[in-house]
Amino acid sequence: MATLTINGREHELDVPDDMPLLWALRDVAGLTGTKFGCGIAECGACTVHLDGEATRSCVTPVSAVQGRQVTTIEAMADDAVGKKVQQAWLDLGVAQCGYCQGGQIMNATALLKKSPKPETQEIVDAMAGNLCRCGTYNRILSAIERVADQEVASS
Amino acid sequence: MNQSVDSLLLANVSRRGLLKGLAGGSALLLAARWDLGLANEQAQFGAGAMPGGWVDNPNVFIHIESDGVVTIVNNRAEMGQGIRTSLVMVAADELGADWEQVQAQQANADQDKYGNQNTDGSRSMRHWYDPMRRAAAAARLMLEQAAADQWDVPIHEVRAEIHKVVHPATGREIGFGDLAKAASELDVPVRDALVLKSDSELRFIGKESGLINGELKSAHPKAIDGEDIVTGKAVFGADVDLEDTLYAVVARPPVYGAKVKSVDDKEALKVTGVKKTIRIEGTGQPAAFSPLGGVAVVASNTWAALEGRKALKIEWDLASAGDNANYTSDAYRESLEKAAQSPGKVIRQSGDVEAALEEADKRVTATYYMPHMAHATIEPPVAVVRIKDGKAEAWAPIQNPRATREGIAGLLEMDEENVIVHQTLLGGGFGRKAKPDFVLEAARVAKEFEGQPVKLQWSREDDIQHAYFHAVSVDHLEAGLDGEGKATSWRHRTLSPSIASLFAADPKHKGEFELGMGFNTMPFSIPAIRLENPPAPAHVRIGWFRSVYNLPHAWAIQSFAHEMAVAAGRDHRDYVLELLGPDREVHNLTFGDGWNYGEDPDLYPIDVARMRRVIERATDEAGWGRETGKGRGLGLAFHHSFVSYTAIVFDVEVDDEGELTIHRADIAFDCGPQANPERIRSQMEGSCVMGIGIALQSEVTFKDGVAQQGNFDKYLIPRMPDAPKVVRVHLIDNPSDAMGGVGEPGLPPVAPALCNAIFAATGKRIRRLPVGDQLAS
Repeated sequence: MATLTINGREHELDVPDDMPLLWALRDVAGLTGTKFGCGIAECGACTVHLDGEATRSCVTPVSAVQGRQVTTIEAMADDAVGKKVQQAWLDLGVAQCGYCQGGQIMNATALLKKSPKPETQEIVDAMAGNLCRCGTYNRILSAIERVADQEVASS
Repeated sequence: MNQSVDSLLLANVSRRGLLKGLAGGSALLLAARWDLGLANEQAQFGAGAMPGGWVDNPNVFIHIESDGVVTIVNNRAEMGQGIRTSLVMVAADELGADWEQVQAQQANADQDKYGNQNTDGSRSMRHWYDPMRRAAAAARLMLEQAAADQWDVPIHEVRAEIHKVVHPATGREIGFGDLAKAASELDVPVRDALVLKSDSELRFIGKESGLINGELKSAHPKAIDGEDIVTGKAVFGADVDLEDTLYAVVARPPVYGAKVKSVDDKEALKVTGVKKTIRIEGTGQPAAFSPLGGVAVVASNTWAALEGRKALKIEWDLASAGDNANYTSDAYRESLEKAAQSPGKVIRQSGDVEAALEEADKRVTATYYMPHMAHATIEPPVAVVRIKDGKAEAWAPIQNPRATREGIAGLLEMDEENVIVHQTLLGGGFGRKAKPDFVLEAARVAKEFEGQPVKLQWSREDDIQHAYFHAVSVDHLEAGLDGEGKATSWRHRTLSPSIASLFAADPKHKGEFELGMGFNTMPFSIPAIRLENPPAPAHVRIGWFRSVYNLPHAWAIQSFAHEMAVAAGRDHRDYVLELLGPDREVHNLTFGDGWNYGEDPDLYPIDVARMRRVIERATDEAGWGRETGKGRGLGLAFHHSFVSYTAIVFDVEVDDEGELTIHRADIAFDCGPQANPERIRSQMEGSCVMGIGIALQSEVTFKDGVAQQGNFDKYLIPRMPDAPKVVRVHLIDNPSDAMGGVGEPGLPPVAPALCNAIFAATGKRIRRLPVGDQLAS
C-alpha cells in the first residue's frame, strides 16, 4: 500500500513499491493524461512534476515519491504558468495527434517556472528529451517563446 | 477511475437521442440510399470506387439539438492530420453553424452506414469534402424550408445565416435549434436541389488562419480536440478505462513465422498481480492482420503483466519460420545490390536504353539504399476488447475500423452485427494502425475472460520489433548524357519486398500500386527510358508506412537527378526543369500506371506545369543561387504523390566535425483546393521533421531474423534539436484543379532534398540511408 499525494490530494494505492509511478497513475489512480511511450525515459510522454521538477514517471518507482508532491497534466489548468502554456499551445495550433503533448506541456511548464525567459538554445536543450513523432517541434518552440515573451512584457 | 469512458458512453447515449433531431422521412431515406448505392456502384474512380463508397445523407452526419448544439459525425480516423476539425469544419461552414456550438461525434465501425472509413492513402478530405458539403447544404435547405413553413412565406424569401434562418423582408429570425424538430420531419432534398455556398460566403474553407511561417497572423477556429489534448482529457486507445479491466501483454516470436515450442510460466505466475498466461496460436505466413502468436500474460495492471512477461521461459520453434531465421540486413542488402546488376522485369520502356548508354559521352551510375523503418507512433498499439452476452465490443486507435470489425468477427466466429468497434483518438498512425492485428490479439485474450474487458498493451520494444516494416530497398540507376550534358537515357532498377507478401504467397515483385508510387510515373522527358523491377523476397511483415514506396523512389530519383546535374556541370534547378520538359498533362496509362492513387486520370493527370511551379516557388523562396559560403549549401527535391505536388529546398551547414545544422526548409505544396490551410501547413511542417529522421537516423536492422533495435535509445527519430531552425510552407493557390492528398505527399522529397543539400555543402554524396555518422570526418 502506498500513500501518494497527486495533484494535492492523497491517494491510498494498493501497489508494489517497485511499480513505476506511470502505471500507478494510469492503471490504479485512473489518471490517464500521463502517457506511456517507451518505459525507459527516452520519450518524455510520461512526464509529471515531482516537487515541481519534470520527472519521467515511467522509471520512477512509487517508493521514491512517497511524501512528495506529484503533479500531472490534469492539474496544469490550475497552475498559473501551466495555464499560459496550455493557452499558447492552443493559440499556435501546436498539437497534431496530441499524444505526446501532455508530456511536452509538463516539461515546458517546469522549464518556464525555473527560467521564465529562456533563450532559444535553452528551450531546445530542455525539450530534447520529449519526442513528438508528428514533428511539431517548431510550433512547440514558438509556443514556449510566446509564453516567455508574455513574461517579458509583464515584467 | 472510470470517468473518461463513462462520459464517453453517456455522450453516446445522449447523442443517440439527437438522431431524432433531423431523422425524418424514412421513405425518402430509403430512396436516397438506393440512389447512392447506384452512384457508388457505377464509380470507377475516387470515393465511389472505395469499399463502402461515399454517403451524403444529412441524417447520417448532422444532428441538431433543440438547444442549438450541432453534432457532426466524423467517419475518418483522427491521427494528427486534423481531420476531426477539418472535415467537421467543412460541414459546419456549409451549414452555417456557429463554430462555438459545434461538436464532433466519432462514428463507430459501420461502413454500410457511414461509407468508406479506411483512413489511409491521404484520401479523407479529397473523398469526403464534396459529400460533407452536400450533406450540410441539404440540412441547411431543410432548416430554411422549416422556417419558410413556419412564417408561411416562399422559401426563396428566407435564407440561413449563422446558426439561424432569417426573413429579411420582415426582419424575423429563428435559431437552428428551434427549427431542428420541424426540419427533421421534412424530406431530404434531392441532390439537384442543392446550391453550395460560393467562396465569398464561406467563413472557414480555404481561409488562411493561425500560425503562418512562424507568425501568428490571425486566430484559427478552435480545434475540436485542442482543449482536451492540452488538459490531458483526450481519450486515446489506452485511456479507455472500464470497470474490472484486465491488462495483457504478449511475448511474440522473435522471428516472423516462428512458433512457441514450449513455455514455462511458473515464475511468471508468481509475479504479484499476474493471473494467467495464454498460448496464442499464430496463423503463420502470410500473417495479414492476424496475431503473430506467442504467449499472453494477463494481470491486474500493465506493470504486473510486463514483469510477468519478463519471467516467462519460452522455447521457440524457429524451423517453422523457414528462411526468415537467416534474415540478416547486411547480407540482404548485398544480395539486392547484386541482383540490381542484372536486368529485371520490364515495367516501362521507350527507346533503346542499352544503345543510348553505349553511345553516351558520359555515364552516371549510382545505387541507393533505404533501410527498414518502424512507424514508431508515440502511442504504441493498444486495444480494449470486452466479450459479453454474445457480443464483442472493442475500443481502439485504428485507422481501419472496417477491417477491425471483420477481423474480430472472423476470429471469434461471430456475425459482424455482434461486433462493435469504437474508434478512439490515435496517438499517431502513419499506416501502422491500419493493421488491426493488435485489436485481434486483444479479442483473442478477451475470449478467455467472458464479461471482462481486456486491455492489451504493446511495449515500445513490441512496436519496433514486430512492426509492419517499411520495405527495405535498393534502387540502381544509370543515365547517359550527351556532350552538352543533356540526358539521352535513363535506366532504373528498383528492388523491394512487396506488401503483397503480407496477404498471399510472396510475389517477390512490386505490384501496380507500389510501382505507381513514383517509380513508373517518373515524369522526366528523356528519349530512352527503361524501368525494371528485379525480384526481392520478404522475410518480415512488410507494411505501408506514411507515403509508402514513394519514399525510396523519390529518394533515388531525386538524388540521381542531382548527380546527373553535377556530372553535366549544370545548376540543379535548371537541369531538372529541363529534364521535366515542356508543360504538359500526362495520363498515368502513358507511364504504364493503371492505378493513379485510385483517381480518374482525366481529373488527375500528372501535370508537369504544376511540378514546375512548386520547384520554382520553393527555389525562389529559398533564394536559390545565393552565395552560401564554405560548408553550407542548398539542396532541392520534388515529387508527385497522392495526386499532389511538393518541392523542398533545404539550407544546411556541415562543420569540420561533420555536425549538421539545418538552417531552413522551404516547402512549396500544391494540393489543388485547400480545405483547411492551417492544418495543411502543420502537415507539411510535420512531414519535414519526420523526413529528416528518415534521412539521418531511423533504421531497423535484422540479425538471424531478429530486429536489433527495440526502443528510442537505438531506433532514433527526430528530437527538437534535429528540427530545422526555420520551416516555411508556401501553399500554391490553385483552386481550379481537383483536390489532392495532404497527409503523405510532404514526406517523399525530404530525404533527397536534405542529402542534396549535404552534397552542396560538403561534396559528400549520401547513397545509403540513414546518414548516421557518414558525415564524421
